[in-house]
Amino acid sequence: MGKIELHNITYVYGKGAPYEIKALDDVTLSFEEGKIIGLIGHTGSGKSTLVQMLNGLLKPDSGKVLLDGKDIWEEPKKIRDVRFKVGLVMQYPEYQLFDETVESDIAFGPKNMGMNEEDIVKAVREAAQFAGLKEKHLKKSPFDLSGGQKRRAALAGVIAMGPSVLVLDEPAAGLDPGARRRILTRIKDYQRQSGTTVIIVSHSMEDMAMYCDTVVVMNHGRVTMTGTPAEVFSRADELLSQGLDVPAITKVARALREKGVDIGLDIYTVNFAAHRLLGEEV
Amino acid sequence: MSAIIKAEHLSFAYPGDGDTPAVPVLHDVSFEIEEGSFVAVLGHNGCGKSTLAKLLCMILEPDEGILYINGKDMTSEDITDEDIYDARRRVGMVFQNPDNQLVATIVEEDVAFGCENLGIPSEKIRKRVDEALDTVGMRKYARHATHRLSGGQKQRIAIAGVLAMRRKCIIFDESTAMLDPGGRKEVMDTICRLNREEGITVIHITHYMNEATLADRVIVMNDGRIIMDGTPGQVFSCADKLWEAGLDVPQTTELLWRMKEAGYNVRLDIFDPEECASEIAKAIAEKR
Repeated sequence: MGKIELHNITYVYGKGAPYEIKALDDVTLSFEEGKIIGLIGHTGSGKSTLVQMLNGLLKPDSGKVLLDGKDIWEEPKKIRDVRFKVGLVMQYPEYQLFDETVESDIAFGPKNMGMNEEDIVKAVREAAQFAGLKEKHLKKSPFDLSGGQKRRAALAGVIAMGPSVLVLDEPAAGLDPGARRRILTRIKDYQRQSGTTVIIVSHSMEDMAMYCDTVVVMNHGRVTMTGTPAEVFSRADELLSQGLDVPAITKVARALREKGVDIGLDIYTVNFAAHRLLGEEV
Repeated sequence: MSAIIKAEHLSFAYPGDGDTPAVPVLHDVSFEIEEGSFVAVLGHNGCGKSTLAKLLCMILEPDEGILYINGKDMTSEDITDEDIYDARRRVGMVFQNPDNQLVATIVEEDVAFGCENLGIPSEKIRKRVDEALDTVGMRKYARHATHRLSGGQKQRIAIAGVLAMRRKCIIFDESTAMLDPGGRKEVMDTICRLNREEGITVIHITHYMNEATLADRVIVMNDGRIIMDGTPGQVFSCADKLWEAGLDVPQTTELLWRMKEAGYNVRLDIFDPEECASEIAKAIAEKR
């Protein structure tokens, strides 16, 4: 059983209107517990719609969403509980910071969950630590933080609710390479320590290759591929035909094979390529 | 060729306020930008790239140093408002967030906005707007609503607005950062075409190393100073220095670097995956 399972999900925007768009078309998918799963697909492929299914922000037109084996829409009045269990960090979450201090901003979610004072303080401290924020940042206004720090404060606000599934839409967008690596490493460490199931939506093939256990590819509202990064990226032709790019290093490996140097097609990081070429330790 | 922008020993600090001390951002920055060139500026967040861009557009004034725009000293005592307007008419800017820089609800009205403020007669504006939309490949969207466009299309409209004002030099401040790969390609194709076909001087601030490889020249900044300045080949060959500055190098360069470290005879200034593979295959054959 997967942590979250989607069974034959279909969703249409603007049903009956001239602009009717089928965003999800009979999607069946299982997200394994305790893994980092990457969701890729070009703009309009249905990724964001799918993500909003996971915590009940959207209700499927047909099909079922199971969280821990239970249909989340069985009791629509309890959908709020699902949203506490499945934490969603939207794109550019720093635009949603609003409170006077970083501390109270992070505490907003736990407070709404009805946690007691003591637990809130504890949850805020732990979440801030996970997100890499220091004690001195907590008393500051979130608007006095740098871009990368704001992003991490927003992330802490969701982590503080202690979700068992964490969904992140483009968590590293707009950050410089160093900050990208730092936030993705934080997320990976958090996942390892807490055992949370993490789902990352991203356009960056390089990031997906580096940080995910499983990669799911979407196109035209359907799931077209699922597998480990090595499995998915070795099917570069299919990815390219779906309007996606593959890491530059994957292209190098393909070109090398044509030139008689075969290091395999399942190459997706520079470390891997160097290892196969030079026999170095990965 | 002449320099459209020349900076000599520019320094800048954001002024302090009460208890908060001033924040120094740029230290002794000097460079020249040749007319018609395509320069990429790299550096991690907070290294001073955007501040530099604002100095070049004269949104901010340097604390020290001299800035020449088209040969005229913009920091001299007897500079008039008219001179500043004139310089601003040469250098335009496109920002990061596509949703923050469109002002009108209809595409062609947005493109015309800058020209209207300059008091240009309306028949001339009509012509300029049409030309600008042609250049960015958005003519058929002229009467579309701006809010329905994709991110890449919105950025191209913002570029058209700057073009309609006939700017000779455009600074792109991370204009591709918020776009998806498709949108990013649209904007990069447009930027390259403006530079090569229209002769517009381009200063492109970015975090994407593969975009920087398209430029004639790459300037790397770290902690308010220029630490590297050269062709993409020269700059990316020094992978260790870039890593130290918190930046990345293209994957091709990284792999070639590792090959070289292992004793293979390879060039480092290659960005195309095909060429990179050829270089590696050649070096492996040589070694055997």
